[in-house]
Amino acid sequence: MEEGKRAVGRLCSICSQRRPALKRPKTLEQICRECFYAVFEEEIHRVIMENHLFKAGERIAVAASGGKDSTVLAYVLSELNRRHDYGLDLFLLSVDEGITGYRDDSLETVKRNEIQYGLPLKVVSYKDLYGWTMDEIVKVIGLKNNCTFCGVFRRQALDRGAALLKVDKLVTGHNADDMAETVLLNILRGDIARLSRCTFIMTGEDGPIPRCKPFKYTYEKEIYAYFKKLDYFSTECIYSPNAYRGFAREFIKDLERIRPQAILDIIRSGEDFRISSSTRMPDQGTCERCGYISSQKLCKACVLLEGLNRGLPKLGISRTREAINGSERLHKTGRLPKAEAERPILQSKPCGNLEF
Amino acid sequence: MQLTLEFGGGLDLLCQSVKIHHVDVTPNVENGKLTLRDLLSWVRTSLIKERPEMFMKGDSVRPGILVLVNDCDWELCGGHDTELEEKDVVVFISTLHGG
Ligand SMILES: [Zn+2]
Ligand SMILES: [Zn+2]
Ligand SMILES: [Zn+2]
Repeated sequence: MEEGKRAVGRLCSICSQRRPALKRPKTLEQICRECFYAVFEEEIHRVIMENHLFKAGERIAVAASGGKDSTVLAYVLSELNRRHDYGLDLFLLSVDEGITGYRDDSLETVKRNEIQYGLPLKVVSYKDLYGWTMDEIVKVIGLKNNCTFCGVFRRQALDRGAALLKVDKLVTGHNADDMAETVLLNILRGDIARLSRCTFIMTGEDGPIPRCKPFKYTYEKEIYAYFKKLDYFSTECIYSPNAYRGFAREFIKDLERIRPQAILDIIRSGEDFRISSSTRMPDQGTCERCGYISSQKLCKACVLLEGLNRGLPKLGISRTREAINGSERLHKTGRLPKAEAERPILQSKPCGNLEF
Repeated sequence: MQLTLEFGGGLDLLCQSVKIHHVDVTPNVENGKLTLRDLLSWVRTSLIKERPEMFMKGDSVRPGILVLVNDCDWELCGGHDTELEEKDVVVFISTLHGG
């Protein structure tokens, strides 16, 4: 069947030769598949160059989940690295949370990517790092707070994996939709410190392993369109219902349908917020137990682990003041309303890919 | 009319975890045509076994679900008014989950 047969008379607005197959949300241009692949890749290249994301000779790990974002990222980076001579040593880094069914399949995808793209793969597991698999944690704590564990443990696991690989930077597949959603959530939570930080294309430059997001301006829709030619595994973490984030996501998609530009506008408004001088940022130190960066005596992961190991899994999640001493708290200005101060601090933090 | 429908990104879970459906849909009696709008309401009543709100919002697909007709963005072929033809392949992919 002839492709795009219904778009009669219209031709790709870039090459004027082939039938368009896609409408770009950013520009509303109607373009063909071939031109799309080309502009998609060159846009990522431009973002990398304009933001000086990499230096020649650097070792770079791609946080690879087997999902579409990181699969496309790994592929495009290895292409651009070759095409434009970045001079980077690229690696894939995956976290095995120990979730039967979910991780088994997605890790298989990452292993195929390792071969297809010729990038060495390192897998770090919760079991090895923490002594617990996610399945075992869920057996103890139930489904309610599991994403607290997922989020905290995964973030740290990626840093530890990156240290093992001796990489200079970690890149993640966060896209424009993810970022717009995080901006909204941080506004809804009143988390001003995270609000401005979450739009940075590079974070942690003062820490051991900076992280960057080459897809910051890339629409999810285009990532889907791109990876139609790639191999990937699609599923959501089965332990992640997270209704609150779901609503924010749906809201973003509603806005996008009415006005595609909305996603970039939300990112821009996040960027334009400035932290007032009265909002105190936490001082960064290191965890007494494991040496990970932490603003408290113990890092979040160690507090959560202690709870698990002592049979008090609510530790680090509960409402009591004593229990939160291990959790990073950004606002200690005393200006927070009481209800805010007593709210469970980690509970609403999502599992998944947004808080890397 | 013989059509192939594909459900991805978790939408397959709404129709008994089957990703690809070969279906036979009866066109409009008056004009013998079948639009994407007709197909959506057919899918909703005949194929979706649970949580139809995950697939539809009002009389359209939920925002965040991509629709492709023969590999072409449905926004380019006429949206709801796209007229389907024999052996067309229609793909629905949810972008609302996971990365
Ligand atoms: Zn073209
Ligand atoms: Zn989770
Ligand atoms: Zn620690």
